[in-house]
Amino acid sequence: MLKRLQDSPVRSTLAAPVHMSGGVAPLGWGARGFRGVVTSVGAGGATRGASGLESSELERRLLEIGFVEGARIEILHEGALGGDPIAVRIDDARVALRRREADSVLVQVEAGRLRPRRNLAA
Amino acid sequence: MSAEAALEPPPPSLADRLNPEGAPAQPLPIAVARLALIGAPNCGKTALFNALTGARQKVANYAGVTVERKEGAITAADGWRARVLDLPGTYSLRARSPDEVVTRDAVLGRLQGEAPPDVLVCIADATNLKGALRLVLELKQVGRPMVLALNMFDIAERQGWRIDLEGLSRELGVPVVTTVATRKRGVDALLAAVQGVARGPAARSSEVVWREPGPVELRTAHREAERIRKACVALPARPDTLTGKLDSVLLHPVFGSVILLGLLFLMFQAVFTWAQPLMDLIKAGFDHLGVLVGQTFPPGLLRSLISEGVISGVGSVLVFLPQILILFLFIIVLEDLGYMARAAFLMDRVMGGAGLHGRAFIPLLSSFACAIPGVMGARVIDNKRDRLTTILVAPLMTCSARIPVYTLIISAFIPNRTVWGVASLQGLVMFGLYAAGIVSALSVGFVIRKLFWRGAAEPFLMELPAYKLPDPKNVLMGVWTRAKIFLTRAGTVILAMMVLIWFLSSTPSAPPGALGPAINYSFAGLLGHAMEPLLAPIGFTWQMAVALVPAMAAREVAVAALGTVYAVQGGEDAVGPLAGVLHAHWSMASALAMLAWFIFAPQCASTLGVVKRETNSWKWPAIMFAYMTALAYAAAFLTFHIARAAGA
Repeated sequence: MLKRLQDSPVRSTLAAPVHMSGGVAPLGWGARGFRGVVTSVGAGGATRGASGLESSELERRLLEIGFVEGARIEILHEGALGGDPIAVRIDDARVALRRREADSVLVQVEAGRLRPRRNLAA
Repeated sequence: MSAEAALEPPPPSLADRLNPEGAPAQPLPIAVARLALIGAPNCGKTALFNALTGARQKVANYAGVTVERKEGAITAADGWRARVLDLPGTYSLRARSPDEVVTRDAVLGRLQGEAPPDVLVCIADATNLKGALRLVLELKQVGRPMVLALNMFDIAERQGWRIDLEGLSRELGVPVVTTVATRKRGVDALLAAVQGVARGPAARSSEVVWREPGPVELRTAHREAERIRKACVALPARPDTLTGKLDSVLLHPVFGSVILLGLLFLMFQAVFTWAQPLMDLIKAGFDHLGVLVGQTFPPGLLRSLISEGVISGVGSVLVFLPQILILFLFIIVLEDLGYMARAAFLMDRVMGGAGLHGRAFIPLLSSFACAIPGVMGARVIDNKRDRLTTILVAPLMTCSARIPVYTLIISAFIPNRTVWGVASLQGLVMFGLYAAGIVSALSVGFVIRKLFWRGAAEPFLMELPAYKLPDPKNVLMGVWTRAKIFLTRAGTVILAMMVLIWFLSSTPSAPPGALGPAINYSFAGLLGHAMEPLLAPIGFTWQMAVALVPAMAAREVAVAALGTVYAVQGGEDAVGPLAGVLHAHWSMASALAMLAWFIFAPQCASTLGVVKRETNSWKWPAIMFAYMTALAYAAAFLTFHIARAAGA
């Protein structure tokens, strides 16, 4: 059982897809098919200021486009280069966003796996 | 015409007219209510606007900003009249782009030179109510009379959504009607509901209360919207599965990109091949007109002004109308289909690598036809810096006005032979020029992002709307609106520019008995000679320098100007003989330097004018002019000296 991954150093060393069932992970880490329920939006911890916006502004934008606690989400598609951006189903709407912003959405994972992302620790 | 004239006098606000205390003594004119349409992008707002107003529309700009203002007139069967404002699409009043700021300020009654609306008509996509409910809740706070129209109700019915309209109306406290804008269904019911609320007691709240919601308020609104949705809307029996199926192909990492490239290829074919017969027709028309003027007017300044300044000047720009129309036909169809958001998704990583936003893809694509629609199209980008970057690099994309110049120089200097067994060398050079444009646009975007606007990258966060078949009538109206904007510009700004450039190229006139073409004696000629020492290091002769002056009107005018300078009769039609003359007069190195110059040079006064309008300041066109001229000079310098060193 994986614990809150954004607090763990495992993020920078993930070398292979990690299969998940349960646990909380940032949306930005998911691979195609990753789905679950949003537990927190704009937590900030996962972004480390990577996004150009103030965290409160990003939080509001994510909320406005439909990422809200309790929403059911699934990663539908990944971009061709580096799997970025991602297309996400939120309840019955579809939204595209970059992983950097998706990192601010924490998800109670129901199924799916994480993508290896080695270059993000920098 | 009379309908448009009727729009002109701003009537007193409905609230004033309903105000018993302040009732004026004289009889009132027939009441004209002001409606404002507001809704999220892709909710069919423009289709409903078209259904309400038909052809009685007026497109202009809001005072002081370059946001498109669309207004139309309605007269109901009972004589009730209204003016409808089609506000830019928005998800909330928390505005971020200039368009959304206009929507917010119009709704709040803060927009300069714009009377506050009497009734808000909030339009929602009936198959995507969740977000719309939040907008309705936010608009409710504003306190203006409001009607909610559930649009695309036929699609909702087909998918089996069950919506409790009465319950929804009760929960929201506003009348709810259903509409199918593309078939004009529900328009009468909507107007009846609007009249109902306009006459209602709520029509008088002059002090509008609204403040920007924070995360807490947004979450509360979410919960409230979700509660109302659960109470009034049952999930569809046959949900839209087509969008998902199409997306699994169109957003596929491999097939999606291949299909996008295929579409782009088709678009280019259309813009450059299908438009050709029409362009030839327009050109022939203007040539004919020029000949007619030549026969009617006695030789002299007036004839020269009309035929060379006005007719050939405006004609050289109007000739691009077919290309611009075909381009916008593609863009509007793809937009209405819902594909443009997918294109932005597929291109985001590539564009992002160059410091550009995924949405910059469409404006840059438009710039292949002409930088003007490209610069205007950058409005879809919310963030100011991203928008400016896109505007600054758009003219680097190879616009179609460069084609005549490229074709002339290539046919004069590049041997027509086959390389690698299949490709023509001339075609390869043309391709190289296009590639250079794209690469330089992306590189400049990258440099701007790295050097000037570090950090602060705008998030790419956008809805992927459900696919829908575009309505032909709305597509045609959209294309027609673009055509009108382009024609207006050609008739005003561009005409003035053309006359100025004609003036520079034709006065003072050549002294009697002078040798050589008259342009040598004109201000343009003097300017060309004055620039010669500056341009000599990049291999340009004074004739080339002279040709660059009128080419400021539009790049392809350079061809006609070269014809004038070398006194080749027949202007643009005489590409064959002109190519021969150029071949005899220019060195290969000079010709290549000229090609390099035209990749980068800001040789288009109308583009600079549009940039000024879009950015509302001369600063950005000045920056654009400076950096592009510097790049052009450097590129031509390098090309000239490398080519000469290589023995060309």
